[in-house]
Amino acid sequence: MSTQSTPGDKKTASRVPLDKAQKARRRFLHSIGLTLGVVGISLLGYIPVTSARPPRLRPPGALNEDDFLASCIKCGQCVQVCPVQAIVLGDIDDGFGIGVPYISARDQACDFSCDAVQCILACPTGALTYVKPASLEVSAGAPLARPPVLKAKENDPEPTLNLKERIGVARLARPEACLALHGQGFKGPARGPAFKGQMRYVDVDRWKPIPLRDHPYDRELCDLCFTECPIKDAIQMVSFLSKRGERLARPEVLEQCVGCGVCEMVCPVEPAAIVIDARAPWQGEPV
Amino acid sequence: MSRFVDLLLGMLGAEPKKPTHVSENVKQIMVRKYANKDNYIKEKLHIRAHQNPSHKWRNRRWSVLIAVNMLFVVSFWLDIQILEGALTASRFVGFHMVDLNSALHVMLAHKHVIVNLFIGTFTVFLLWVLMGGRSFCSWVCPYHLVSELTEKLHLKLVQKKLVTDHQFHRGTRTVFWLLFALMSFATGYTIFETLSPTGILSRALIYGPGLALGWVFLLLLFEVFWSRRAWCRYVCPIGLTYGAVGLITPLQITYRVEQCFHEGDCRKVCLVPHVLDVTIKGRATEESVGLGPDCTRCGLCVDVCPTGALLYEVKGLSKLL
Repeated sequence: MSTQSTPGDKKTASRVPLDKAQKARRRFLHSIGLTLGVVGISLLGYIPVTSARPPRLRPPGALNEDDFLASCIKCGQCVQVCPVQAIVLGDIDDGFGIGVPYISARDQACDFSCDAVQCILACPTGALTYVKPASLEVSAGAPLARPPVLKAKENDPEPTLNLKERIGVARLARPEACLALHGQGFKGPARGPAFKGQMRYVDVDRWKPIPLRDHPYDRELCDLCFTECPIKDAIQMVSFLSKRGERLARPEVLEQCVGCGVCEMVCPVEPAAIVIDARAPWQGEPV
Repeated sequence: MSRFVDLLLGMLGAEPKKPTHVSENVKQIMVRKYANKDNYIKEKLHIRAHQNPSHKWRNRRWSVLIAVNMLFVVSFWLDIQILEGALTASRFVGFHMVDLNSALHVMLAHKHVIVNLFIGTFTVFLLWVLMGGRSFCSWVCPYHLVSELTEKLHLKLVQKKLVTDHQFHRGTRTVFWLLFALMSFATGYTIFETLSPTGILSRALIYGPGLALGWVFLLLLFEVFWSRRAWCRYVCPIGLTYGAVGLITPLQITYRVEQCFHEGDCRKVCLVPHVLDVTIKGRATEESVGLGPDCTRCGLCVDVCPTGALLYEVKGLSKLL
């Protein structure tokens, strides 16, 4: 009871006992091994961060990627305030992006149903911010020309969102799949009966988002990306006649696009014809 | 003052030293204790025979730990908004709370002073000054609980001689503290967060499990088969950060040499046995001494001590009462 047995005792008792200095040296070497091991493992986080995979779509108000990863404290308070649970946290395969929020627009886009970009308000570190400190870089093509008007509160005294920079830009990535470009309409729930994503429809309930599958559409010519876009003047449908005289339309992304991803979420073809390029700059109207 | 410095150095990794000076009181106590050796042994065996193993403090602590972590979980799940966020940063009924270590790493990586973080860290700093520094570890950290449970498996395997506990130098944790801080500053990424089982488990509880739990599982395997409580003992910088708070907290475990038979049960259950070095015969310098900043105030020693020589105490308050 009175003596402390150390693990080494039994093993070494039969052989020549290690002297104190030898034990200390062995422990020191083990400690160095542990240090190198843990530091080595921690640097594995670089792999996903520096790999060529496309950047994540970050929540509104996010700082530039490097600043964002540095300043995010990985608490998920932005996740908690989002009424449609658009924000999810990165896992360990995101490397240093572990616990850092992102939006997977195709699964659940940010539809601004909180009305006020509450994720920014929730952020304790300013990783999501209304006003960037002067010392931080502003990427070219990121600032919005004017405050975005939220269609849902167009008639409110303050119709705009407090958002200075876009988080991405929408792009018609697969025009060959776009229904409107082929003169096709769309009928039914945009993403099928099993899709779990939600959206706020002002004509249904301004304060309560509902599942997309509970809100079927019936369009003669598909224009979901245009009508469901929560931001005013961010996208338009340009009508034209085909060679055979059919009425077609082309979705055209405008400068007010903030990159929220609603168009990508509601696009009924698989995979989506219109997608968000996360962190992409506005490069001017297409010619 | 010299004991204060010794405790600080001990927390950073120095081996406990034998005291050079022992107070008169303690000398007299030791003489009295050993004056009648037969009687001493008889008393010791008597107390051993009537020992009433208690899990009072462990049960209280586990309840608090589970309650705090569940408060995070239900605040989100039931949307009752009492404690929003995770252990790295949160709002308690609206008040910012920010983990000291996480805040430090964010500021080092971001190289930008964040006012909200100051408010939040100050609240948390004050909380743990009042509540005992490293008590964060044993009373709140979810990894502490799972590690404490798997430790039982490790001890069973050690007992069956299937594994041995490989000990590292305790100073390794100090090196890690500096390395992680340096890496955050140099790379601009909060690298420690990638590894921290505290953050990973806290987020997994609140936001759902993920692949990161695999890393926590590997850590536990390492602790079971290679080195007892290795993460908390030799790596985690959060423990050292809160240990620094423990230097000035009034809440401590106090050791009274008079009741002690120096049998060392306490050191066997302790996460940081070097703080209990004072319980070795001849090491105590005063009648009653605090265990120092590295002690996690978990109370296992209080529970296991057959004679009540170890007690929770709030410095200054016992005199008031």
